[in-house]
Amino acid sequence: MSTTADALHFQPHDAHDAHHDADHKPGFFVRWFMSTNHKDIGTLYLIFAIIAGVIGGAISGIMRWELMEPGIQVLNRAWPIGAGTANFDEWTHHWNVLVTAHGLIMVFFMVMPAMIGGFGNWLVPLMIGAPDMAFPRMNNISFWLLVPSFLLLLGSTFVSGGTGLGAGTGWTLYAPLSTSGSAGPAVDMVIFSLHLAGASSILGAINFITTIFNMRAPGMTLHKMPLFVWSVLVTAFLLLLSLPVLAGAITMLLTDRNFGTSFFDASGGGNVVLYQHLFWFFGHPEVYIMILPGFGMISQIVATFSRKPVFGYLGMAYAMVAIGVIGFVVWAHHMFVTGMSVDEKMYFTAATMVIAVPTGVKVFSWIATMWGGSITFETPMLWAIGFIFLFTVGGVTGVVLANGGVDTNIHDSYYVIAHFHYVLSLGAVFSIFGGFYFWFPKMTGRMYNEFLGKLHFFIMFVGVNVIFFPMHFLGLDGMPRRIPDYTPAYAHWNYISTVGYMITIAGVAVFFVNLFLSLAAGKKAPANPWGEGATTLEWTLSSPPPFHQYSTLPQID
Amino acid sequence: MAAAGLTPAVAQNPAAAPSQNAAARSQNAASASAQPAAGFAQDATKPDAATAPVSQESAAGATSTSGPVVYRETPAAKDIGVPLPAGMMLQQQVTPIGREAASFHDRWLLTLCAAICAVVLVLLVVALVRFRRGANPVPTRSSHNTVIEVIWTLVPVLILVAIAIPSIRLLRHQYTPPPADLTVKVTGHQWYWSYELPDYGVNFDSYMLKEANDPTRQANQRPRTDVDGPPLLAVDRRLVIPAGKVVKFIITADDVIHSWAVPAFWVKQDANPGQLHETWAKVDRPGVYFGQCSQLCGARHGFMPIAVEVVPQAQFAAWVAKNGGHMPGAQPSSGTTSSAPSAAEAAGGNGTPAPAVAGTAKANTTPAPNNKNVSNRTNQ
Repeated sequence: MSTTADALHFQPHDAHDAHHDADHKPGFFVRWFMSTNHKDIGTLYLIFAIIAGVIGGAISGIMRWELMEPGIQVLNRAWPIGAGTANFDEWTHHWNVLVTAHGLIMVFFMVMPAMIGGFGNWLVPLMIGAPDMAFPRMNNISFWLLVPSFLLLLGSTFVSGGTGLGAGTGWTLYAPLSTSGSAGPAVDMVIFSLHLAGASSILGAINFITTIFNMRAPGMTLHKMPLFVWSVLVTAFLLLLSLPVLAGAITMLLTDRNFGTSFFDASGGGNVVLYQHLFWFFGHPEVYIMILPGFGMISQIVATFSRKPVFGYLGMAYAMVAIGVIGFVVWAHHMFVTGMSVDEKMYFTAATMVIAVPTGVKVFSWIATMWGGSITFETPMLWAIGFIFLFTVGGVTGVVLANGGVDTNIHDSYYVIAHFHYVLSLGAVFSIFGGFYFWFPKMTGRMYNEFLGKLHFFIMFVGVNVIFFPMHFLGLDGMPRRIPDYTPAYAHWNYISTVGYMITIAGVAVFFVNLFLSLAAGKKAPANPWGEGATTLEWTLSSPPPFHQYSTLPQID
Repeated sequence: MAAAGLTPAVAQNPAAAPSQNAAARSQNAASASAQPAAGFAQDATKPDAATAPVSQESAAGATSTSGPVVYRETPAAKDIGVPLPAGMMLQQQVTPIGREAASFHDRWLLTLCAAICAVVLVLLVVALVRFRRGANPVPTRSSHNTVIEVIWTLVPVLILVAIAIPSIRLLRHQYTPPPADLTVKVTGHQWYWSYELPDYGVNFDSYMLKEANDPTRQANQRPRTDVDGPPLLAVDRRLVIPAGKVVKFIITADDVIHSWAVPAFWVKQDANPGQLHETWAKVDRPGVYFGQCSQLCGARHGFMPIAVEVVPQAQFAAWVAKNGGHMPGAQPSSGTTSSAPSAAEAAGGNGTPAPAVAGTAKANTTPAPNNKNVSNRTNQ
């Protein structure tokens, strides 16, 4: 079978065959459905992430529409925008379903597939001078596990979750709301969905670790690897170590729900807070999983357009390692109001604040990379600059939330929503867009439209800030998360936030226009469109790269 | 109609004589539902006030320091305990912990946040302007500077230490409450709160008050009026605690996790089924303070608000008595048999001659709380 042959071609003794095959692509079905090519799988991941992002973004549109004014205006409409029924509890349950789906889709099916599956697959082998990933067929199943996983999540909204259709537990699936609190198969489907997504990510993580440790080109030492590769390496370890804990926790949910165990049921000797410890032991590394590859991409972009090497390379690399390590010992700051002892709170307060140090090193190093450079402002650079500032804003509110005593008041309020959307929706997503524009010429062989790219950036920069900055005010004023209706005092900032969503949507529309225009009629991209600043290996290859690259391994001095 | 449903909205006074109370309730409901939805509360005050001559509370209030606290009792205080329209800052704090924490946040954390963001922004802008290609066509190749790397590692460490010290102090203060004067057990349910004052023999459920025009409101559920509080925050029965006393809250839940939160007290504690957790507040200022359930708990998570009314000790005693409880040390009332003994205790607590007030209470039965509030509001 040709897929098997593809995988074997990378072995050195098959060099003649690989040469013959370098640009021979299999037929459509074999190429895209049985792929073992890291670039094709990366493309599949990116397409998947875009589709999931559109769905997740549409869900946030429904939520912003509902929250635009006090009262229930939208949840009483036809499914899937509203509950499609006349029952008030089903309307509000539908709200919870939207909240849950938005969170899970954006985390597991948009950011992670885009960053790790998409950019990681595409770029790691190119950057380390490897012909492909270490386990090409495992790479394929990593992607294809994600599809049924996403279908299970989407399918869960068609079946009962207790009060109404779908799982309304929040993306955290806290017991006992997710066990005794949600009858019906919807939550079970979400659990299975996460099992599959987790298996997919663990297989992917094994693949990346193996590839990065074993398949670097001659001379490509760990300390010469591009920072994006470092970021994927750290991320892969975080995935490998944290996802099994999630898998265990949700399996315990599953048995609590279906097989009479009582891990999280106090009446059987269980403990509801245990679930939260297990979840956040995964959940906190997860937030670094979502942002670290972004750090890596931003480093590449800033260095390229400043035409300077990254400032403090080793500091940057080991800052990410430090963030990854500390990320495992701070989880309970998500649980400050669960009734922890004062000693626990003091420890988690202090440990959490420590993360600000390596994060600060990164921010300052990016600025120092620009310092003394010769900076041009192509679209990817704009996204990177936007990222650095907005991530700083999200970072300082993180330090505020890290204080256990202060968190008491703003925990589970819109302040938290504002904080994590500044680091994710404005941090991770900005880095994804920056990376997308940066490597679009390399991946497609065509240039994007610079004007539309910049327009996209400026509209979206304004839009997301108008959405999320007022949420700080709402949170400080006491508005809780995850409520479909609010007292009129909160109306002002909610209205403005929804206006911000409309602006953002316009920016995203520009992105899609640009995407399709450039794919159809973009200028042909040279091997290196970014000039002397682009020094990593992928820019030495043609755009797009040959179907199989590096049949002769590059030598790095 | 009203007599049939012992819904929380109308079960405000367990000690009330049933027949008279039912009459008062139906009268009340009729006058309320007759009003159009818009501008309902303001209009509703007049007929209600007219049908409620002199309440027990206002009689007591005439002889004690102040009447019952109604929401928005004075214009100056109307913004305390509720979210501000278009508010941008923390709600004004009314507990010592809250003031310490809010001051730490506003004066220290917020300043540092703004300063750090400003420094990063300025550095970024300077770098972008000075080192744009037009101004600096030839880039340097500098990629190391040990001194500056040490500085930008150590300075954040110092800043964090400067945050950590007051932060840890705040935690220590939160976790070393003075001896409690009063214990309140709070239980979260889908989707209401129940409160129990075990030392006083008072326990009751507290539900959100729905709007008059809310189609999901049952006919026997009292609609919200503006004296109850803002929409989605007002409840049918507020928790009442005495001002200036250390109140210990013991918090739990009986189905899923809820979270009991009052922003103006700087209090938020998850209510975990199967666990008891403790927090505390010492509120100096009488008033009504609103909060909302802060942990996703199912369909009506957004519709189980919290309202705490802080009153002077004398009024607290009256409230305890009216709700069938007894002050510790006083003659225990014989449960919830009739209104007369508890009214007498209320009078004792208020320091007024017992027979007079007891008589008043008997004569007027026990009007629904909105009547009391309205009459007080009219008196202003």
